[in-house]
Parts: sequence; C-alpha cells; structure tokens
Amino acid sequence: MIIVNQSKQNPSDIQSSEITSKTVFDNRRHFIKLAAGTGLLAGAGLLSLKAKAANIAGGVTSGDARLLGRANAPAQPIAALKKGEIYNPRQKIAGVKKSAYGKDLEIDTYKNITTYNNYYEFGTDKSDPAVQARTFQPQPWSISIEGEVKKAKTISLENLMKLTTLEERIYRMRCVEGWSMVIPWVGLPLASLVKWAEPTGNAKYVEFVTANDRDNMPGVSSPILDWPYTEALRMDEAMNPLALIAVGLYGELLPNQNGAPARLVVPWKYGFKGGKSIVKIRFVEKMPRTTWMKAGPSEYGFYANVNPKVDHPRWSQSTERPISGGLFSGRIRTKMFNGYESEVGQLYAGMDLKKNF
Amino acid sequence: MNKNRIIVVKSIIWLLALIPVSRLFWLGFTNGLGANPVEFIEHSTGTWALVFLMVSLTMTPIRLLTGQVWQIQVRRLLGLWMFFYACLHITTYVWLDFNFLFDEMVKDVLEHPRILVGFAAFILTIPLAITSNNVMMRKLKSKWKTLHKTVYLIAILAVVHFLLLVKKDLTEPFYYAAVLLLLFGIRIYFKYQPKKV
Repeated sequence: MIIVNQSKQNPSDIQSSEITSKTVFDNRRHFIKLAAGTGLLAGAGLLSLKAKAANIAGGVTSGDARLLGRANAPAQPIAALKKGEIYNPRQKIAGVKKSAYGKDLEIDTYKNITTYNNYYEFGTDKSDPAVQARTFQPQPWSISIEGEVKKAKTISLENLMKLTTLEERIYRMRCVEGWSMVIPWVGLPLASLVKWAEPTGNAKYVEFVTANDRDNMPGVSSPILDWPYTEALRMDEAMNPLALIAVGLYGELLPNQNGAPARLVVPWKYGFKGGKSIVKIRFVEKMPRTTWMKAGPSEYGFYANVNPKVDHPRWSQSTERPISGGLFSGRIRTKMFNGYESEVGQLYAGMDLKKNF
Repeated sequence: MNKNRIIVVKSIIWLLALIPVSRLFWLGFTNGLGANPVEFIEHSTGTWALVFLMVSLTMTPIRLLTGQVWQIQVRRLLGLWMFFYACLHITTYVWLDFNFLFDEMVKDVLEHPRILVGFAAFILTIPLAITSNNVMMRKLKSKWKTLHKTVYLIAILAVVHFLLLVKKDLTEPFYYAAVLLLLFGIRIYFKYQPKKV
C-alpha cells in the first residue's frame, strides 16, 4: 500500500522525512523484481494501479508488461504526447536497467534535488527554478546535430530514449560553490549519442547548446550570462563511459528545473558543465568558449574538473558540504575528479591541471 | 522627544530585531530551511547584519535632513543588533559551515578575498560593540567618536563582502551599495554646506 499512497502525493506536499530514502527505493526495486519474477498477481495489480496514477501514456504500457514479467516487452521508454497532453515528469520510465554506479552512496531526497537548482534561465536563486520553470514545455522536443558530422540531423526525445537501453546511474554531483548531492539519474551514455551522430575526423570537441526560450524562461531577458547557455567537452571526454545524457531522475522523467527533457551529466566535473534542456549538439574542431568561460575567464576554465588542489577565487575546493548531511554534518574532503579518478584520470595524463582548470 | 517615547521606540526595535532570528529557529524546527540549511542561515544572518548596519547609518542623515535628534539615541542599539547578527553569521561559519576545521578556515580566510574582507569587517566591529555603552562613552570622551567612525569602513567592507559572494547576478548587493552611497552622499553634502550663523 505504501507504493500506491506515494504515487498519489504531490511532490511539493511531501515532507522530507517521507521522501523515498535509498533503502526504501532499493526495497521498492526489489519488490518490483520480486513481483515480476514470481508473478505475484496482487503485487502486479497494485503496481499497475500506481502506473495509472502516474499517468503513463498509452493504456496498458510497456511498464505494466514489464512489471508483469513479460521479458519481451517492447522497449518504448515513453510515448509521444497525445493532443492536449502536457509533459508530466512524475511518470516512470519503462525499461530502465540498473547500473553498479554509486551503489554505496546515500542518495539525496527527491525534494532536495528538485528544489535546490542552479538554472539561471529560471532565476538566480536556487529556489527559483522549481517555481519559475512550471510553464516550460519540454515535450515535444528534438535535438539537432550539427557541425563536423557526416550529415546534419535531428533526434526526437522519444527516439533519443530508444537509442540504447536506458540506465540508472547514481552519481555524485559536486557544485563549484562547494556543495554536493548524490543523484539517481536515468539516462544513456553520451557515447551512444555521439556514435549515432557520426562525427567526422575533424570533430575534436562537442558543444552543447541549451534552450533559450524567452517566453518561458524569465532569466534570459536579463544579460546575466551570454545566452543561450553553452557547454562543451573534448571528444575523448564525451566518449568516456561516465558521461551521460540524463532524461530522468529517481526512475521518472526529468522535472523542468533539473534540465528536462535531456541534459548533460559529467560527474567528474563541476556541476555547471552539465548543460540543461539541450537543443543542439555541435561537433567542432576548435575548443569552444563556454558560457562560464566568457562570464569569468579567470574563474571558470574549459575543463572545470573537480580538483581539491586547484582553488577557486570565491570558494574553497578542498572541502564540500554534502546536502544530505543537513544542518550539523559539517564538510567532507573533496576527492580528485569527484571520486572518479580511476575512470577518468588517464584523460588528463601529463596535463598541468592548475593551468587547465 | 521625551524619555517615554524613546523607550517605546527602543522596544519596537527590540521586537522587530528579534523577528529574523526567531524565524530561523521556527524554520529550523519545521524543516523549512531548504536543501542547504547552513547556506540559508549564513545568508540570512549576513543579510540582517547588513540591514542593521545600514539602518544605524541612516540615523545621522535623518538628523541632517529633518533636524530631529531623537534617532541618535537609538543608533547604538541598532549597531548592537548588527553585531548580534554578525556574531550569528560568524558562528554559523565557524560551527555549522566549517565544523571547527581550523586549518580549512585559515586557508579560506587567507585565500579568498571575500572571506578575508568579511572577516576584517567582523574584527573591526568588536571594539565598537565593546564601547557601545555609557561607561565607555564617558571614558573615551572625544576619542569615542573617532573610534566609531570605523563604522564607515565596516560598511564598505560588508558590501564588498556581499559583492564578492555573488557569482553573476549582482543586483542585490548593488542595492546595498546604492543605499550606502546615498547615505554617504547626504553626509558629504551637509559637511560642505556653509554653516548657518
């Protein structure tokens, strides 16, 4: 019954004490598996109720089929919107594979992840985006692929989500401002999208251009940053298995304030590298100047790798405040490459990381 | 203004000044401080210290503009409330933010102009707070006024401290900077006015 109750709640009404903790989240996953595996009809009934409550498009969805244990259910993570329908982030994404990333980390609450956001297009206060992003429409959506590619093309959100099996990846997110969260993203490896895009040999960098919607983004009318917000990676960084195009959070679609419908997640770099609501991916030969590089060249470099030994003029980078710790937890020591050194350290072998900050 | 009225004004200041700190406790107990409660408290106490500083600096311009003198009698009280919130601000930093990690704090103060400026401002308020009583006023005589002129420097440092915190949207600290400039402007204007005979 717990499951049904939770699905009926509005996220903003949920007390943080009620938010799915990692244990509950895991247990629920376990329960789903159990229900699927043994064909517990009662369990399946409850779960399909939840599916209805969460408004999964398309009647008996692949989600229901999966829950009932039909292994050959079609992998259609979400359906295209029907006429008059609007994007609802509180719907489960079907066919998501668990991954080993971040199994031992304490996940931050849904409430904290969705109410404490740096998304200047929706206001500069971290509580602004959750309120100001409400009218933003992330579906229908498509991303255009341009620049040094065999052929320029676009990909719709629905097709992006079908490109490869979606995975849940629990990543640490370290903000340049000295705080960190642990977030259960759902997404696909950026490498899969890059391969699909078929870049040419001239493509040395990949640039991400994000939404610049004057009607629904109050922040872009003031020149705080050079809009649209852009970010970029070196090709080998983009191809690293850790780099993720996230389309979901906590097993559901991305809320607007977290960068719906698709955003970049690069866990070994400071959070601002993760461009939100991507509209265009451009492959280029020369290193692009990103938005934050233009805004403060002495403060924000191209690489922006999490590095406790390279300080920022405003914030100490040697320690960080884990948001999950609350009021009295204090700080923890920041790890090189945010703890992902064994996966990405080789990308920067021989580079002076003080210079290439 | 008679003595009773001053008492009324002072009581009102006390009541108003207790609101921000009471609100923090209320929000703390009702889970209302948001995802980063430490940052929330740091920003809130810092803001209120700055507000009390600005309000205390408004008393002299009011006297200059209106010719009234009563507000000078509440100036020290307002200054002490600024000190109260500055103390909460720095306690939050030392305890809740850095959890007494002194090596990290020393590094933070020395390496980040923002923290250095804020720290300097706080140190400078201590002698002012200690001498904000009648006994010290009488003891220091004319030196008291000279000492308490440090408040102008503190105000500049506090606004710079705020300006350096903000990543890109400077609107809010600019409001404080504008208020400070206005208050300084009024003082300077009256200073260079020919004295009435």
